[in-house]
Amino acid sequence: MAKDSRLILDPLTDNNPITIQVLGICSALAITAELEASIVMSVSVLFVMGVGNVVISLMRNIIPSKIRIIAQLIVVATLVIIVDLVLKAFAYELSKTLSVFVGLIITNCIIMGRFEAFALGNGPWRSFLDGIGNALGYGIILIIVGFFRELLGSGTLLGIPVLGDPIEKTGLYALGYENNGFMLLSPMALIVVGIIIWVQRSRNKDLIED
Amino acid sequence: MEHLELFFKSIFIDNMVFATFLGMCSYLAVSKKVSTAVGLGAAVIFVLAITVPLNWLLDQYILQPGALSWLGEDYASYDLSFLSFIMFIATIATMVQLVEIVVEKFSPSLYNSLGIFLPLIAVNCAILGGSLFMQSREIATLGLALNYGIGSGIGWFLAILAIAAIREKIRYSAVPPALRGLGITFIITGLMAIGFMSFGGMLTGGDEGAKKDKKSASIELQKEDINNEEAKDKTDLELAENINK
Repeated sequence: MAKDSRLILDPLTDNNPITIQVLGICSALAITAELEASIVMSVSVLFVMGVGNVVISLMRNIIPSKIRIIAQLIVVATLVIIVDLVLKAFAYELSKTLSVFVGLIITNCIIMGRFEAFALGNGPWRSFLDGIGNALGYGIILIIVGFFRELLGSGTLLGIPVLGDPIEKTGLYALGYENNGFMLLSPMALIVVGIIIWVQRSRNKDLIED
Repeated sequence: MEHLELFFKSIFIDNMVFATFLGMCSYLAVSKKVSTAVGLGAAVIFVLAITVPLNWLLDQYILQPGALSWLGEDYASYDLSFLSFIMFIATIATMVQLVEIVVEKFSPSLYNSLGIFLPLIAVNCAILGGSLFMQSREIATLGLALNYGIGSGIGWFLAILAIAAIREKIRYSAVPPALRGLGITFIITGLMAIGFMSFGGMLTGGDEGAKKDKKSASIELQKEDINNEEAKDKTDLELAENINK
């Protein structure tokens, strides 16, 4: 049981898929300019990884190893189509913002990486936990980056202004604070993730490379 | 002109790595040495140049709403666009496998330099991303699709080449221990992306910018018209005054 809980907790910190395993970075960066988009993306990945890991784990003994990549891609693609159609039905505006990045969950390396490294060699329940754990580890970074980029870039969280009104000059803006529009541009996502890695590795010296 | 513009746009302005973060995983994982980076970059150009036009054909003749009309009138109302993810990824996976077999058969030397990277490419987001962007940007002809594939491949190649060269040099610098490896690579990529943003000013038209220009131009034209009419009125008045005198 203790082992099972490690499956969920490890990816959140010391074995984080983004900052340590270097998996799934593409989608992590492009959509984090708003907190809402980051949360929706995390939930989508959570769904695809949880279900995908179980499916692959159930099929692990009947997939011939030569064509396993194609088989995995088909499973993921099916799940992603479900996510895409659900988003288009219930959150059309958001699915426009995410545009092709929903489709790119298919080639998100986290998913393929966990299939290869875990689901192909473990039972469905443990694979499910591993999938959930890694998706949460991925989501946590996405949400941290989305939080800072939206807060510093447009002074809002989930679209609600939290620092006062920039035009009426209330709240912080009365003190001369300005939004840093640069945070909304794509390069800042990379730099924010770089800083997260920096903080994480200075707190835990074991993770330092070379 | 249209081709040239799309070509440079996909290399510099919409650079796969710096503008849309596609293929970051292999970009970070395989950029430790310049020689391997060149191999992977070349393989990406190669595969993009094949899969983007192929997926364009699929999109145009099978997937788009009404694309099946060449089969007869009964099929004209079909909309298979929800299948595009699965079709695109299946095409990419099979093409990569096929390319690997063909290259191995006909050019063992190319296979030795490219071969080990080909399986990696099937799951590279840049490849699927190329096809998805081709679909969402509604690229008009097969030639343009080929052009877009090659252009974005070259953009990705340039990016990985640059970061690999920088990472080879940075080994001799005193980077703070916690930033070594992944951290500093992220930050350098961010700085490079800021650099690449300056190419945004290179746009020559045929884009949203141009549309805006047209709008403002038409507004200015209307203003000019109004000015002209006023001027006319003035001259008319002056003429009348002169005549009166």
